[in-house]
Amino acid sequence: MSLIPVNYYIFLSIALFTIGVVGVLTRRNAIIIFMCIELMLNAVNVLLVAFSKMHHVAAYAMDKATTTGTEGQLFVFFIMVVAAAEVTVGLAIIVMLYRNIHSVDINFLNRLKH
Amino acid sequence: MQITEILFWFLTALSLFSALMVVFSDNPVHSVLWLIMVFIAITGHYILMNAQFLAIVNFIVYAGAIMVLFLFVIMFMNLNKETEPQKNIWLRLAAVVSGGVLMLVLIAALKDNAGAINSIKGEGSIGLIKNLGQVLFTEYVLPFEISSVLFLSAMVGAVVLGKKESKSTVS
Repeated sequence: MSLIPVNYYIFLSIALFTIGVVGVLTRRNAIIIFMCIELMLNAVNVLLVAFSKMHHVAAYAMDKATTTGTEGQLFVFFIMVVAAAEVTVGLAIIVMLYRNIHSVDINFLNRLKH
Repeated sequence: MQITEILFWFLTALSLFSALMVVFSDNPVHSVLWLIMVFIAITGHYILMNAQFLAIVNFIVYAGAIMVLFLFVIMFMNLNKETEPQKNIWLRLAAVVSGGVLMLVLIAALKDNAGAINSIKGEGSIGLIKNLGQVLFTEYVLPFEISSVLFLSAMVGAVVLGKKESKSTVS
C-alpha cells in the first residue's frame, strides 16, 4: 500500500496559495483577482482534507471503527458554503461597479474615496 | 512507483500548471477555463484521499456552478478581449518577489511534519456521505441551519446590489 507523505500535500497547498497571492498582487482585472481568491480558498481546503485524512490514518491503526477526522471534512464543506455565498455577493458588486464606471480595472476604484 | 503515486504527481503537476496559467493568461475567459482545470485536479486529489463527498461537491459547486457564474459575468460584460492594462513592471516584480518570500517562509515553517496519507485503498470511510451526513445532521445541525440563513442573506444582497436603480432615486 502506498503512503503519500503529508508534506507533499502541504507543499502543494502552499504553492497554490502563493500563486493565488501573486495573482491578487499582479493583476488589475477585478474578476481575475476574485478568481485568485477562490484559488487560495481551495488551497486551504486541500490542506484541511489532507490533515483530516492524516489524523484518521493515525487513529485507524488503533481502532478500526474510528471516525476521527470527520470534522476537518465538514469544515471544508462549510468553507464551500461560505465561498458560494461570497461569490454571489462579490460578482454582484463587480457587476454594479461595471455598470457605474464601465470597467473592472481596480485602479479606477480609488475614486471610491471621494 | 505505484499507480496512486503516479496519479498524485500527475494531479499535482496539472493543478500547479493550471494555477499558473490562471494568473498569467491574458484573456479572462481562458483564466476561467484554467481555473476549472485546477478545480478538476483538486477533485482528483479528493478522490485520491477517499473524500468522495467533498470530491462530488467540489466538482458540482465549484467547477460547475461558481465557474459558470464567473463565465457568465465575463460574457455579460463583454470582457473577453486581450488588452488589459498592466501594472507597472516594478510593482509586478515586487509582487512576485513577495509571493516567493511568503512561500519560502511557509515552507520553512511547515516542512518538519511527519505523517502520511493512505490513498484510496482500504482504510478510511470518513469521507463517505453516510458518515459525513450523520455528523452533519446531529452535531453540526446548528451551523448547517445558520448557513441557510447566510445563503438567504447572500441572495437578498445579490438581488439588491444587482438591481437597477430606479429613476426616482437617481438625482
